[in-house]
Amino acid sequence: MFIVDYLKDVYGAMKSLLIGMNRTGYYFTHHKEIITEQYPDNRDTLVMADRFRGEVVMAHDENNEHACTGCSACELACPNGTIKIINKFDISPEGKKKKAIDTFVYHLELCTMCGLCVEACPTAAINMANTFEHSVFNRGLLTKRLNKPDSKLKAGVE
Amino acid sequence: MFSLESLTTLVQDWLTKTFPPAVALLFEFVIVGVLAIALFAALGLVLVIMERKVAAWIQIRLGPNRVGPKGMFQSAADTVKLIMKEGLTPDGADKFLFNLAPFIVMMVAMLVLAPIGFAKGFHIWDINIGVLYVSAISSVSVIGILMAGWSSNNKYSLLGAMRSGAQMVSYELSVGLSVLSIIVLTGSLNINDIVLSQQNGWWLFKAHIPALISFVIFIIAVTAETNRAPFDLSEAESELTAGFHTEYSGMKFALFFLAEYINIFIVCAIGATLFLGGWMPFHIGNWESFNHIMDYIPTFIWFFGKTFFLIFLIMWFRWTFPRLRVDQLLNLEWKYLLPISMVNLIVMTLVAIQGWHF
Repeated sequence: MFIVDYLKDVYGAMKSLLIGMNRTGYYFTHHKEIITEQYPDNRDTLVMADRFRGEVVMAHDENNEHACTGCSACELACPNGTIKIINKFDISPEGKKKKAIDTFVYHLELCTMCGLCVEACPTAAINMANTFEHSVFNRGLLTKRLNKPDSKLKAGVE
Repeated sequence: MFSLESLTTLVQDWLTKTFPPAVALLFEFVIVGVLAIALFAALGLVLVIMERKVAAWIQIRLGPNRVGPKGMFQSAADTVKLIMKEGLTPDGADKFLFNLAPFIVMMVAMLVLAPIGFAKGFHIWDINIGVLYVSAISSVSVIGILMAGWSSNNKYSLLGAMRSGAQMVSYELSVGLSVLSIIVLTGSLNINDIVLSQQNGWWLFKAHIPALISFVIFIIAVTAETNRAPFDLSEAESELTAGFHTEYSGMKFALFFLAEYINIFIVCAIGATLFLGGWMPFHIGNWESFNHIMDYIPTFIWFFGKTFFLIFLIMWFRWTFPRLRVDQLLNLEWKYLLPISMVNLIVMTLVAIQGWHF
């Protein structure tokens, strides 16, 4: 019947509006739900999300060893040429040439933090750190070398 | 006990004693004008910061918190900025109408202030057709908005103004009908009489469900009449940049902005007067001692408390509901609010004739 449908309409509309107002009213009265970070003020206690992508870093262990084999998968995966890998050839005791990384060049100023290099890395040598205060006064400082001086490939990583 | 009525009679007596009647009247005009402008300025500052804080808390944000304690001086700082800005008039605009429009909107808001009773015996003009006067004058503001939209020579402004016109004209009806349903009960258009008729309880509680329905309709319709979200089609910043005041800047923009908030205050004051007893303290029937305790709270606190409660309700709507489309807006008015309020008016008349209300 028309009039029943009409009243049902009105009832449903009022109910759904009240549900919405109930939700916003809850947020209005519960200030602990506020998600605003007052950034420069809470710099000491700031907790960043684990998956926040700030910059690419290469992990080194206590023996100054990393897991980068110099395969250039990250360089190929990078959409805007942020990574440049320069390889060298070590001579092993048996007289064999072995490819190893010389310099892992990372241009922070070109990086869009897409994380494709991290996904492409077969040995999980690089990962995304969640630092984000990257401002510097000299553009040259944004071109970084990720492998530390005198670091070498971890044993057992191929 | 402190009351504003004694203050006004004191001033009145002193003026009539010291000056000839004509000069005394002139002085009273000046005092009232200054008070009205001061109220406007104060309301503008308070309501803007209130709106921003309410919006922030509803959206799980902090809101303004840098200028002054907890950001309370933010709106004052914004006002100073707006005063210092240049008021541009576009080349293609109709200069006279363009500059006149904000003042018309503002003047209407000021005129509507006249019959409102702020406290016991404290009103500018105790007119016997107060409610009719308010509904008549408030519909003039649509002229100011149309004027602004037309003279701006800008398609967004014109579209916004046209939408606003359609909206205000149609929602006037249900505001009128829901106001009428209370007038039926009181039998008087005088705002003072309406307040006094709520001596033993507010109409919202005394007149059962019909009063509740007309209260809900009133709140919905005045939200639409003041062009606020979810009925802010005339501004609709995502579609029309800013609607009718797209081309305005500086103080002329601020006048539109202020008029919006003043209009909210006024419609909420009318709503508080009709449904929540205006300055009348919260009384329950014959509970003499309870009523007496309630009388200790000054009447202007009751009035402003109720008005700000309604303003908060309207702000709550704004930050909860999404904007309607034009067809939905007109459907809501002509297919739902108007028939319901007509039936409600008949029921209310029955209640009034049979004396079923308390």
